[in-house]
Amino acid sequence: MTDALSVKSTERHRRKLHPAALRAMHWINAVAMIILIGSGWKIYNDEVLFGWLHFPDWMTIGIYAQHGLQWHFFAMWVLMINGLCYLAYGFYTGRFRRKLLPIWPSAVLADIRNAIRFKLAHDDILHYNAVQKTLYAGIIFVITIQVISGWVIWKPIQLSELTSWFFGFQGARLIHFFGMTGIVLFLVVHVTLALLVPKTIGAMVTGGPPESDEPVGTPPLSSPAE
Amino acid sequence: MPIRSPSSSIFRPKGGVDQSAMKDNKKLVADINRRNLLRGTVSLGALTMLTGCTVSDSNAVQAVLRAVSSLNDGVQELLFRPNHLAPTYREDQVVKPPRFNAFYEVDDVKPVDSKAWKLELAGRVDNKAAWSAEQIYKLPEQELIVRHICVEGWDYIGQWSGVNLRQFLQRIGADTKAKYVAFRCADDYTECLDMATALHPQTILATKYAREPITDPFGFPLRLRTATKLGFKNAKWITAMEVTNTFPGTYWSERGFNWFAGI
Repeated sequence: MTDALSVKSTERHRRKLHPAALRAMHWINAVAMIILIGSGWKIYNDEVLFGWLHFPDWMTIGIYAQHGLQWHFFAMWVLMINGLCYLAYGFYTGRFRRKLLPIWPSAVLADIRNAIRFKLAHDDILHYNAVQKTLYAGIIFVITIQVISGWVIWKPIQLSELTSWFFGFQGARLIHFFGMTGIVLFLVVHVTLALLVPKTIGAMVTGGPPESDEPVGTPPLSSPAE
Repeated sequence: MPIRSPSSSIFRPKGGVDQSAMKDNKKLVADINRRNLLRGTVSLGALTMLTGCTVSDSNAVQAVLRAVSSLNDGVQELLFRPNHLAPTYREDQVVKPPRFNAFYEVDDVKPVDSKAWKLELAGRVDNKAAWSAEQIYKLPEQELIVRHICVEGWDYIGQWSGVNLRQFLQRIGADTKAKYVAFRCADDYTECLDMATALHPQTILATKYAREPITDPFGFPLRLRTATKLGFKNAKWITAMEVTNTFPGTYWSERGFNWFAGI
């Protein structure tokens, strides 16, 4: 009796494509990242890296530089704490392994070719194609580097050993700028593709369909009777 | 070589920020801000409205952001390594003259008359006798060739010399267990260091740049130079120093910049 019940309940609560914890972390990250980008542009404007590039005031966050800094040094904690939870979750639950691996270069090339011809299949949102896997794994890597270069810019002397890895203070500023560029490019592609396949947005809000039972690296459920 | 005076910056507001309008319309502003805050919390879409002056200047939002900035002061105090030395550089890497920056233009610098000038001492100090420029310039010198990093993002290598601040504090019988060493300047600028930074081996009261007395725009006759803080913490044209346990407030932290400002 109890066995039957417990089986039933695991059936009913079968893991959704995007579990609640993951959805929360996704949207918290999205808000923190937008604040970081907008306030980062305000900070950048105070001493530009490229003479031809100033960000218009309407797309920056903060009145003056100090407010940009305030927002940046607030949102960085949100991003870092949330990001650490996300990494722990991704590794601990096996989501990274299940969803993002393996990435075969040949599969990436084939999917890019298909995407260019608008032939990339996306009926099944449960499984990421090779381009998605590359982008999602790539953006995790870029944001990690972005956090580290951010620390170097904040603490170039206290972390002077780390600073030399980024070619000094100005090197870290440049790398931080390119990291931002990568994140913004990702955002453009990510949001565009999500809008083209709106059910992916729905899934990131409600959780989406339940995960398939395919044993792609998932450990078999052990029966309590055994 | 002309002194570089870079592009528009918060460090050089034309005539400063006029607060009188804000005071006159306090109630109205609070009202409008309350509406803005509501709008900000209603939807995620409102995030795009966080630009410009819609939310940043709201009292409630400022309170939160300043609280986080105070938290960041604490984090930086924990991160501070009292004996970790900033990298030093070769003499041929030194930029001459140094780069000017203040809350006004270089043309508006009012030179200090070194004959009338005195360094006054206050607070938790045994010997409060004021120091003349002549006396200060006779003290043993320490040379620092370190990177100056501005909160705006630029940097240069400078060569400063003067008395080590820790030694000077000991000489005047300062309570080095106190929390702050505060500075007042000839242009009414105020600045304040945490004691750990004041006692750091690379913190000096500078009197010379590139082995010559500091020139007027850069703080003659006496300025602070520390290797572990952002540029604006290095007070110029110092006229008084106080050792205290009470946070005295500082020019830029009152205007929203982070107080600790360590690097």
